Amino acid sequence: MKNLKLKTILIVLLLVVSCSDDFVNVDSKDKNSDDFFNSEAEYQEALVGAYELLQATYVNVMLGEIASDNTLCGGESATDVIGFQEIDDMIHTPDNSNLRDIWNWMYGGVNRANFILEFQDKTDFPNRNNVIGQAKFLRAYYYFELVKWFGDVPLAVDKRIQFGDQFSYDRTPKEQVYAQIEEDLIFAAANLPYTQPETGRVTKGAAQALLGKVYLYQDKFPEAATILEDVINNGPYDLATDTRTIEGFKIFSIFENDAENNIESVFEIQYTDKEGAGFDCLQCSEGNVAVGFNGIRNYTGPEFDSGFSFNVPTQDVVDEFEDGDDVRKNTAILDINAWAAQTGATYGIGYEHTGYFNRKYIARKGDLNTGDANLTNPNNYRAIRFADVLLMAAEAVNRGSISDTRALGYLNRVRRRAFGDMLHDVAFTGTNLTNAIYHERRVELVGEGHRFFDLVRTGQGTKIPGFTANKNEVFPVPLIEIQLAGNRWEQNPNY
Amino acid sequence: MRQIFLKILCLFFFAYSSAQTIDISGNVQDTGGIPIPGVNILVKNTAKGAVTDFDGNFTVTGVEKGATLTFSYIGYITYEIVVANNTNLTITLEEDIAKLDEVVVIGYGTQTKKEITGAVSIVSSKTIEALKPTRIEQALQGQVAGVNITSQSGSPGGGTTISIRGVSTNGDNRPLILVDGNVIEDLSVLNPNDIESINILKDATAGIYGVRAANGVVLITTKTGRKEMPLSIEYSTYAGFQQTTREIPVLNATEYAVLVNEAYAAGGSEPPYSDLSILGKGTDWQAKVFQNAPIYNHNITFRGGGKKSTYAYSSSFITQDGIVGGSKSNFNRFTNDASYSLDFLENFKFISGVTLMRTNKKRLTENALGSVLFNALNIAPTFTVKDENGDYTIAEGLGNEVINPIAQTADTYNREKVIRLSGNAGLSYNFLDHFTALASIQFNYSEVSSKIFSPIVNYGSGKVFNKDRSEVFEGLDYYRDYTFDASLTYSNKINDVHNINVLIQTEVFKTTGEFTGARAYDIIGNTVENAFIEKAFSVEDINRALGRNPTYDARLLSYFARGQYDYKGKYLISGVIRRDGSTKFGPKNKFGYFPSGSIGWVASDEAFIANSKVINFLKIRGSYGILGNDRIGDYRYVSLLNGKGTYVFNDQLVFGSAIGGVANPEIRWEKQKTLDIGIDLRFLNNKIDITADYFKKRTEDLLVIPQVSGLLGSEAPGSGPPVINAGIVENKGFEFAIGYTENLTDNLKLSVKYNVTAIKNDVISVSADGGFLTGGSFGVGQDPPSRMEAGFPLGYFRGFKTNGVYQNQDQIDASATINDRVQPGDLVFVDLNNDGLIDDKDKTQIGNPIPDATMGLNISLDYKNFDFAAYAFATVGNEIVRNYERNQNLTNKGIYYLDRWTGEGTSNTSPRVTTGANSNTLFSDFYVEDGSFIRLQNVQLGYTFSDKAFKNSKISQLRLYVSASNIVTLTKYRGYDPTASSGDPIGGGIDQGFYPNPKTFLLGANVKF
Repeated sequence: MKNLKLKTILIVLLLVVSCSDDFVNVDSKDKNSDDFFNSEAEYQEALVGAYELLQATYVNVMLGEIASDNTLCGGESATDVIGFQEIDDMIHTPDNSNLRDIWNWMYGGVNRANFILEFQDKTDFPNRNNVIGQAKFLRAYYYFELVKWFGDVPLAVDKRIQFGDQFSYDRTPKEQVYAQIEEDLIFAAANLPYTQPETGRVTKGAAQALLGKVYLYQDKFPEAATILEDVINNGPYDLATDTRTIEGFKIFSIFENDAENNIESVFEIQYTDKEGAGFDCLQCSEGNVAVGFNGIRNYTGPEFDSGFSFNVPTQDVVDEFEDGDDVRKNTAILDINAWAAQTGATYGIGYEHTGYFNRKYIARKGDLNTGDANLTNPNNYRAIRFADVLLMAAEAVNRGSISDTRALGYLNRVRRRAFGDMLHDVAFTGTNLTNAIYHERRVELVGEGHRFFDLVRTGQGTKIPGFTANKNEVFPVPLIEIQLAGNRWEQNPNY
Repeated sequence: MRQIFLKILCLFFFAYSSAQTIDISGNVQDTGGIPIPGVNILVKNTAKGAVTDFDGNFTVTGVEKGATLTFSYIGYITYEIVVANNTNLTITLEEDIAKLDEVVVIGYGTQTKKEITGAVSIVSSKTIEALKPTRIEQALQGQVAGVNITSQSGSPGGGTTISIRGVSTNGDNRPLILVDGNVIEDLSVLNPNDIESINILKDATAGIYGVRAANGVVLITTKTGRKEMPLSIEYSTYAGFQQTTREIPVLNATEYAVLVNEAYAAGGSEPPYSDLSILGKGTDWQAKVFQNAPIYNHNITFRGGGKKSTYAYSSSFITQDGIVGGSKSNFNRFTNDASYSLDFLENFKFISGVTLMRTNKKRLTENALGSVLFNALNIAPTFTVKDENGDYTIAEGLGNEVINPIAQTADTYNREKVIRLSGNAGLSYNFLDHFTALASIQFNYSEVSSKIFSPIVNYGSGKVFNKDRSEVFEGLDYYRDYTFDASLTYSNKINDVHNINVLIQTEVFKTTGEFTGARAYDIIGNTVENAFIEKAFSVEDINRALGRNPTYDARLLSYFARGQYDYKGKYLISGVIRRDGSTKFGPKNKFGYFPSGSIGWVASDEAFIANSKVINFLKIRGSYGILGNDRIGDYRYVSLLNGKGTYVFNDQLVFGSAIGGVANPEIRWEKQKTLDIGIDLRFLNNKIDITADYFKKRTEDLLVIPQVSGLLGSEAPGSGPPVINAGIVENKGFEFAIGYTENLTDNLKLSVKYNVTAIKNDVISVSADGGFLTGGSFGVGQDPPSRMEAGFPLGYFRGFKTNGVYQNQDQIDASATINDRVQPGDLVFVDLNNDGLIDDKDKTQIGNPIPDATMGLNISLDYKNFDFAAYAFATVGNEIVRNYERNQNLTNKGIYYLDRWTGEGTSNTSPRVTTGANSNTLFSDFYVEDGSFIRLQNVQLGYTFSDKAFKNSKISQLRLYVSASNIVTLTKYRGYDPTASSGDPIGGGIDQGFYPNPKTFLLGANVKF
């Protein structure tokens, strides 16, 4: 009896404790990030992930204009995207969610590029240097944005910043960040081909042009001249001259969707209308969010789709165009009154309505706009155009006192494309030439997000209404980001 | 309490009597004379016995004279009689009002009500039958102290939020819900008619559920058959209609045009309406949107049992249209439930059950910017529904978000179909007198298929809801889980005074799922008939596009032991220790231990009270324990490649890999330390019944998803902040429930029950971010209005305090203003810190979504064959944010704008209207309203036809009733429904055009065969 009792209890107990603790050791079906990079395919996958954040730079481009004297914020009302409005009025504070987006999204890109570079030596494969070159370019691109916007920024190299690490990073002086950017771009330029098998990938020319720009931002004119002239002389680029006439307005074709990745495109951020996102994750959209934001408010008519009427050009920038520069002006600026008179289109009046829209990047008809129509426009962002390279080279050789002749050549090459003749060539030297180059940069590149930084790096920030010298050259590091990193960083001066 | 009475009628004296044994037959009925089938009759101290049949008749053979017969039936006082010469007995069983012997499911076992030492609330099938809820949560609302139910939506099949004893975490506050031991997440899959009882464990005694217990546990038991019970068939049905409880008063076309003209003039532009006389009242958009919607329900149940087995089967169907959208928001449910039990041997038993159900749900956009009701409230009354061509009117010029709600409804096509199979089976074996071994398995399998078709639509230029490309989404998700448990129980009564019960048990739980979904574009003909993935173009795999792993696997491994001891049922003590291992946590913190204990003292068993004429029952009890919460996503302790890494090469989407949510290897359980002290009291012959509890819950190591430094890359697509343990929340409160039952006359029975719960919620600390977490949304592009912050209630509303309206420029000049655009007629924001600036530092607590108190009142009255029940519930002291107004130049406005400021002295409450820049739409207490209410939730009148009426038919009972729900709500709140809440701990209580709970009128019948 006793035996039976014991046996039964034992059997039941066995049943009860039959499960071992291993039952709850389950690995996810998703790959562990520490156990990746075992093949070229895995490097390529991670590289696509690092490219993704380029699409989030739409806001950098928008704000690069809004912050400048080229455009006003616009939108629906004075409180529509308050962060944009404040930057337009140069009254932005460290509490600005849009600046925080730039900070967060660029560090998202940095981390993804660093993820690849942390494991760059794990697996070797024939195409390795090309992949690593692209990753280094992307890291440089994101860091360059961060330095442009915020000055000194925390610098992580070849490793992800993981949870807990955020408290041990200080703001690295921007000279050091620039040094890292240069090093990455030199590697990329040396290891990438001029043409990649797929459009949209980083090329040697892109790396060289960005390196030239980075030098120029540091006033390193000889280095900038060398590398930019290398692009001009040896790269496969030229100015695109195709024009078309729409509703009686003659424009250059380069910003139209059927002219993407053209011969003038040195580096172009790729967007598509095939996958959208919602307002809760603008950085997730595969479309160019800026285009919907810039679009004409409540528009009905040919050619264009509606948008939110942000980023509207000022009369001042419209007046900057010379007589005879109409094709270039029509390409950049949509005069909505003239357009409506011509086509019978109707539109709504938004906040700070100027009568002009940023035609390079406003919504066009005829695309799929999958998902949210305003957030999924396919217009690629022409990040570095050959015209920009020519003007940067002109500036470098002029301001570096290397050769005003070559500078004039580059400048007039851009002007001849614009005016369609040689009658508008200029023949300045010295400071006059410098000013002519600045003027040309403004009209050639209006609407493309460069203006604010061009003004700041050339000491002309005070041209911007509301600009405070020794303060507004950089933007404040978002206060919340300072707090979240342990409250150790100094804020930028005077914020 | 009424005297227990019995009536023994000696109908016949038999002429002879046997020497030793006699056969006894008779009938058992209740006090109303209705026979009770299934009553157990036992000859005391023998194995002899019988069970009453369908008509309440019984026969026991060979009973010795002088033996004692006991008649017992659940819910009735056991009756004993000594066998004398009477061989034909009519026994009347008295209902047990005190129900102290009622068996209560407490989690891995049962106890009698008397023995319970925890805070357990019970909702019986009677209550559920009386309330006719379409969802079970409705039967809990206001019925049970400490349980608060809010609707996420009043739409058919819409969700509800159950919170037990307050909001204790910023994360998932849902209690653990078990149906016959089977975990379920969504109560809408259950047929309320199948439920025998709902027991809610509110205190540390829930600790036996360990890591899942912190939000309380809801144990649902379904109906089964009974042994020796002849087949009983019950059919019940109801039909009725639903309508909206109210329309929000908005401006008519003329009033609207006056207002718009005034705003344009104030903004310095040309007033758009030149001739007001032609406008009239315009379109009443709410009247166009709301409709009367039907509801039908059928339910049939078969139950019975043999000597060794029981069985039950039920089937039900309900279909319900919506008061907004009608069939476009239809919900229907078809359930089949079967159970079977068999005693292989006296000590070897088997139980099983299986449920198959299907639901179909359609829904419109709700409670959001751009929902149907939001549009109905904001669209201009000057528009007609359709234009002269019969097309839906395009609502131009109202801002980008407001569109024609009727067109929107017509263009909405979606459905979600759930098929679910659940089952359970268990074996129990009794051995060596005191041991029971039990093994059981529960499983759920569900398929959720959904389809959404979005046609090409144009609601006006620039509208954000325009679709340029038609799209169809089809998803099919599978969910599987099982729970296996095995236990050994020792229970013994030593020397007739020491009751010992010891349980050891192991349990494994595994849940897995698989998601599939595809989206495709360019539907042929832009019609729903062609909206199939196979017929469309550009098909994309949704999981691949999002970089999501389409499967999951989460598990729980638990061991636990419980000891219960009582001395003479008077001094009670029990303790539980549980060890849980969960896949949600990393190797360091995978296992946790959860101890809890409780004590009780039945003071009324002490001699000094037992003799009291006043007090019938008094129990004092207390419990304390540590409970856990593991409701976070899977694998948050490890860095995985489940982010979104998509880019475009060669003009084609390319899918790569990216790191997902930021990992935190250190995450561990959220711990709740919970204390309860309670008292159960009955007095005045059990007529008055009081339960009171004080509780204090301190939740530590809150599982928080905070903002983190952007350096971590957490804002990259498909990534996100980590889960961390940071914060402490405390809930202190008091529950009080009182019931009064009285049989006023033989024909008139009255019962009144009232309960109230007061809870104070305090966030003690938040050690993340700048010491606070934010949530919710208000307006467009404004800061999140809700916060979790130390020193405030969880999810409090933070914004500007206002102090009326600026009457003139002098007032403006004399005060701090938010900017230099402020003009007379604008809201006065208070400069709280007196720094001469109106900025973020002046924002303060302007509301709290958590009520100070909730209460419920139930009255039932039975007179002869009539039964009447009414029930009301109320909340006091919570606020709601009015966020269903778009506040654009041309959008419509609430009628309170008729009292707007139009010049000095005209209004100090509503600001001026203007198209010019102003800050009146910034989040302030102007948009916060008192959400207190009292609602008469249900009134019901029924009539039961006595069995005499059916002498010659098979019907044994018929009850007809009429019922009205959600009849009157008294509240100051201006919106549709003060029960509105998304249920989010941070961000709840914000009304964005909430789909109101309908007013419902039903006519129904219950028939027993």
